[in-house]
Amino acid sequence: MTRLLPILLICLFAPVVVAQVQEEELPSDDPVIEQRLANLSKELRCLQCQNQTLADSPAGLAADLRREIRVQMKAGKSDQEIIAFLTQRYGDFILYRPRVTFTTYLLWFGPFVLLLGGLYVLFHYIRQRRDLIPEKPLSADEHRRAEQLLASLPEKETT
Amino acid sequence: MFRYLIPLALFLALVIFLAVGLTRDPKELQSALINKPAPAFSLPQLKAPGKTISNEDLRGKVWLLNVWASWCIACRDEHPWLIKYAQSGVVPIYGLNYKDRSEDAIAWLGELGDPYTVSAVDLDGRVGIDYGVYGAPETYVIDQAGMIRLKHVGPITPDVWSQKILPLVQELNRQGTLK
Repeated sequence: MTRLLPILLICLFAPVVVAQVQEEELPSDDPVIEQRLANLSKELRCLQCQNQTLADSPAGLAADLRREIRVQMKAGKSDQEIIAFLTQRYGDFILYRPRVTFTTYLLWFGPFVLLLGGLYVLFHYIRQRRDLIPEKPLSADEHRRAEQLLASLPEKETT
Repeated sequence: MFRYLIPLALFLALVIFLAVGLTRDPKELQSALINKPAPAFSLPQLKAPGKTISNEDLRGKVWLLNVWASWCIACRDEHPWLIKYAQSGVVPIYGLNYKDRSEDAIAWLGELGDPYTVSAVDLDGRVGIDYGVYGAPETYVIDQAGMIRLKHVGPITPDVWSQKILPLVQELNRQGTLK
């Protein structure tokens, strides 16, 4: 098996890596565009490897999208326009920070609702517990024992 | 009694959420382009590079756009089915040869058969971006008015064909003849 593994891995990746046409990714000569791209692509999801940002992903699609973003930045498009361009094609899923819309209310506000619910239960419980422990007045017998105990204490020396 | 049912209800809610969430395919995303006009393209034809094919050429009929490439392994799985469905003549299948070397693509079709009426060459994947392609194979159903009506990500299987694509195509064709 250990001898087979490298061969299997080669079989697995070779056709994909070798045969896909991938244009070389050339960074823009404009440092402003590169900085903007770096900031923007951290906010965008690579759809091929869904838990990576567009900035980190080595996938072919991510490189294509970065190239597209560079082209659009060079054409003078704002970040907002580029995000609109991408969400029109790939949907809101491409955004790492989900938008606050009706369908994401639960996602955004659910944790706070849970927190408030937990606080309510906590205070409710504490108050209930306090009511459960009533202050019992001492019986006559207990009162006498307490007096005795106090009286048996060594008297303080007076100066 | 009621207070003991609350944890049970919470537990059942959790089970339902997990049952739905964990059986979903996270790779399958809702396309943002459903019921929107199919993005325009005009691309060279794979087998006749001098000629172009555009979405405008296909207006007035229902057609499938199948995104494929010779490097795409799942495309090989769906290929025999595509050939079968193309031969059935229900709907023409147009190919979008995505980020592929044309000579590889032509050799691939020569080896496995060609289900496509025409394949368009999207060498740099630019048209793929317009269509929101994120993993070949993908298949779009486009209606007479040029609207995208369905997007399927992943290989077409007999189930996908008979449950999703074929009923929709038949419905669209029926609506088309009524007009």
